Amino acid sequence: MSLLTVQGLSREPWFRDFQLEVAEDEIVVLRGPSGSGKTLLLRAIADLDPHDHGAVTLEGVDRSTLSAPAWRSRVLYVHPDGPRLPGTVADNVEAVNALAVRGGATGDATLEGLRADAEAERLSSGEAHTLALTRALACEPTVLLLDEPTASMDPQRARVWEERLVSWVADARAIVWITHEDGLAERLGARVVRFP
Amino acid sequence: MALISLTPLDLALASLLILVNAGIGIALRLGIGRRILVAATRSVAQLLLLGLVLVWVFKQEGPWAVLLMMAIMIALAGFEAVRRTTHRVPGIYAMSMGVMLASSLVITLYGLTAVIGTKPWYQPQYAIPILGMVLGNTLNGIALGLETVLDGFRRDRVQIEILLAHGATPAEASRDVVRRAVRVGMIPILNAMVAAGVISIPGMMTGQILAGGDPGDAARYQIFILFAIAGGVALGTMGVVFGARRLVFDDRARLRVDRMHRTRDASTA
Repeated sequence: MSLLTVQGLSREPWFRDFQLEVAEDEIVVLRGPSGSGKTLLLRAIADLDPHDHGAVTLEGVDRSTLSAPAWRSRVLYVHPDGPRLPGTVADNVEAVNALAVRGGATGDATLEGLRADAEAERLSSGEAHTLALTRALACEPTVLLLDEPTASMDPQRARVWEERLVSWVADARAIVWITHEDGLAERLGARVVRFP
Repeated sequence: MALISLTPLDLALASLLILVNAGIGIALRLGIGRRILVAATRSVAQLLLLGLVLVWVFKQEGPWAVLLMMAIMIALAGFEAVRRTTHRVPGIYAMSMGVMLASSLVITLYGLTAVIGTKPWYQPQYAIPILGMVLGNTLNGIALGLETVLDGFRRDRVQIEILLAHGATPAEASRDVVRRAVRVGMIPILNAMVAAGVISIPGMMTGQILAGGDPGDAARYQIFILFAIAGGVALGTMGVVFGARRLVFDDRARLRVDRMHRTRDASTA
């Protein structure tokens, strides 16, 4: 059964009537030239940008019937470039866990290769992406929308995250993953969708 | 202890204080000379005009002249507050004027009726100066708060967007910016309260003492007006900061930086 469906989503001039179905336990790798609007598509699915028309559902529930915060906490977009919140690594995870939409729940916040008291601003680019993924997983979403999450990690760290996300998705979840890397889709066992 | 009236010659002597400094500004090419002259000229024209208008208002029967004057003062203040900020977003003028109206009117009417107890409430001798003091300071708070909050939405955009993407409401995502803006808007009046009577003798108290009033009375009026001003500034600053948040986030809790645009430098004189 499909977990996430995108029906006729349009944002002129980047994409028009875009269709996508992602099944449970599935990773979809989104490939296409730079500047083609892949990021805008993920942002539109997360409802972070206004779009022209189209419908998105999660587990058959239409996005428009949910509040925006409720939707985004379940269909979670992870920004490219690993942007950070102020404070330490621990503050970053705490900030998203403290949101009202979480209702006091705390998800998996294993700090893979990060020190909890490290200043987020001083992290390297690869570490910052690690933090971004950690923060996202701590929110226990159902779908992750990832924008080149491992692009600036060293290969070793990237493999660790690939494996972690492959096992994460196998629990009735889904991922849409933007990448420019050849061979990644095979390693993830993912379906490739060409965009636009 | 009657007040000594100032003649036009006295004012001409006073203008030397400005002219000398404008001259220095021009001589040293500080780029401020012309602005000093424009601002000074404006204040002369506006204050003399105010004097004439007040003489007329004082002669009118009933509240309508006071209310008309209040409406004009409030509208100008709301407009001026936006003019001083470098950011614009659709609806900002109406929002600023609405907040200015609500905050200054609530404070002034409460002060007139509950605190001073003037009868009738619209007695212009009290109503106009008190509204003027509240407005002038609220204007500063609103302008500072607006500038800080709109600048913050742009500058902290990435931080706000991360939080939104994790399911934050607009209030949660912009908490840091909102807090900072309210604080910045309130700083001048907090400083004024701390300095009052020790470092500075505030304007209203000065005026009352010059006019031959009892210094004890003057002190008590000054305390009242400081509280009224602080109340007006707090209401006004919070009002525009929350109002700006409503304008910048849309109905699906998206940060719409695309609605904002920058003007050239904020207007001064």
